[in-house]
Amino acid sequence: MSDKHFSTQFESELAHVTARVLEMGGVVESQLRQCIHALHHLSTESTGQVLEIEKKVNMFELEIDHEIISIMSRRQPTARDLRLLIGISRVITNLERAGDKSTRIARMVDKFIQSGAPRALPVKSLGASAQLAATQIHRSLDAFARLDVQEALAVINDDDQLDDEYEAYFRELSTYMMEDSRLIGSSIHLMFLAKAIERIGDLAKNIAEATIYVVKGTDIRHSTDEERRSVLQ
Amino acid sequence: MSESAVTTKNAIEVRNLQFYYGSFHALKSVNLDIVEGKVTAFIGPSGCGKSTLLRTLNRMYSLYPGQRAEGTIGFYGQNILDPKQDLNLLRARIGMLFQKPTPFPMSIYDNIAFGVKLYEKLSRAEMDERVQWALSKAALWTEVKDKLKQSGLSLSGGQQQRLCIARSVAVKPSVLLLDEPTASLDPISTGKIEELVHELKKDYTIAIVTHNMQQAARCSDFTAYMYLGELMEYGATEQIFFKPKRTETEDYITGRFG
Repeated sequence: MSDKHFSTQFESELAHVTARVLEMGGVVESQLRQCIHALHHLSTESTGQVLEIEKKVNMFELEIDHEIISIMSRRQPTARDLRLLIGISRVITNLERAGDKSTRIARMVDKFIQSGAPRALPVKSLGASAQLAATQIHRSLDAFARLDVQEALAVINDDDQLDDEYEAYFRELSTYMMEDSRLIGSSIHLMFLAKAIERIGDLAKNIAEATIYVVKGTDIRHSTDEERRSVLQ
Repeated sequence: MSESAVTTKNAIEVRNLQFYYGSFHALKSVNLDIVEGKVTAFIGPSGCGKSTLLRTLNRMYSLYPGQRAEGTIGFYGQNILDPKQDLNLLRARIGMLFQKPTPFPMSIYDNIAFGVKLYEKLSRAEMDERVQWALSKAALWTEVKDKLKQSGLSLSGGQQQRLCIARSVAVKPSVLLLDEPTASLDPISTGKIEELVHELKKDYTIAIVTHNMQQAARCSDFTAYMYLGELMEYGATEQIFFKPKRTETEDYITGRFG
């Protein structure tokens, strides 16, 4: 934000709450890194870390929510300030959900390990998908921090890639289950896991949509590719 | 185009309006439509010309030598700025309210009746009826009906302001101009006036100048942002307060100075 607010106090409140969102984003990203590590190395130490970090993410959500309500009630923000605060509210809701999904991934990895972690099943490719989802979250936060509409739109478009990977993985696991019914139990854990990763991609997309809302004032949720393109013109 | 957009009618159409205080060019090429039956708010920093614009709408400036306006202000087909315009008649049809309540130093009843007598010959019973009607319109009747003989100055500030609204309404205008009508009132009286504005727009077209941006956001249907004598942006209030088109408007509304 280039222009200075008439009230420096208000200005610093907005700057503070924005910084807190990015801090929260950083914590969720560290959670995702632990997920990726857990998937690559089937490490229960990493899954434990994910569950530990989750508490922090929840605290962030509550505290930032409180800050937003406090600013809104005292300052009656309008225009870009109002859009920013509504945008932040959407971003933190989605970040918290991404945290929940990470927790789900960690739990499923634990269950997969407990089920004997059959070597036949493809776990490594999930690590790659999780990396892609983490990158999407990172890019969406970056676009939000810089209020970069083009980058936000790119994040939305790139979500298809994760959706495709999920479809492909689903088909791949189905063939394993058909070939060997003993793999069904473990495969179902991986299926849930894959779904959680795909959902994180959707959450990154939601964060990108919030960025476009802040900058353009247009709600592009549930819109088509064509409608989104017209927003940017 | 929405249905409401098709059915709207302009009460006032300002075209290429220039205004001068002597040699000072106070309004620069203002073009604006004031929609019938809606509330239009003028906002902007001090000295931006919003009160000046309001004062041209009923030729209030004609009281002062050296002040002149150019361009046209259409009011249901007639040009307000036409030198042949009957100013008394104009001001009966376009009433005005000021920052400080200005009741006449006479009884509450006479405050209302005084203006009516200038334009109409009513019987005692008809006048009683008109006074009650006007005070009811201004949401003041229940508070003053037992003390109509008391001086208008005995009322509280908020009541005085509503008395002035009743006085304007009594001569059956079609437009009400409100120049910072709540600037000297407490929040509760302010709330009552804002509530009243909402009620009055069913029958009148209202233009309001306010320094209180939240008041403009709360009461108006359309908002005009003025700066240094120019109309910077004009649009639906929701749009102006949520996503103004111009950065200058957004800077002002959010309390920023570029």
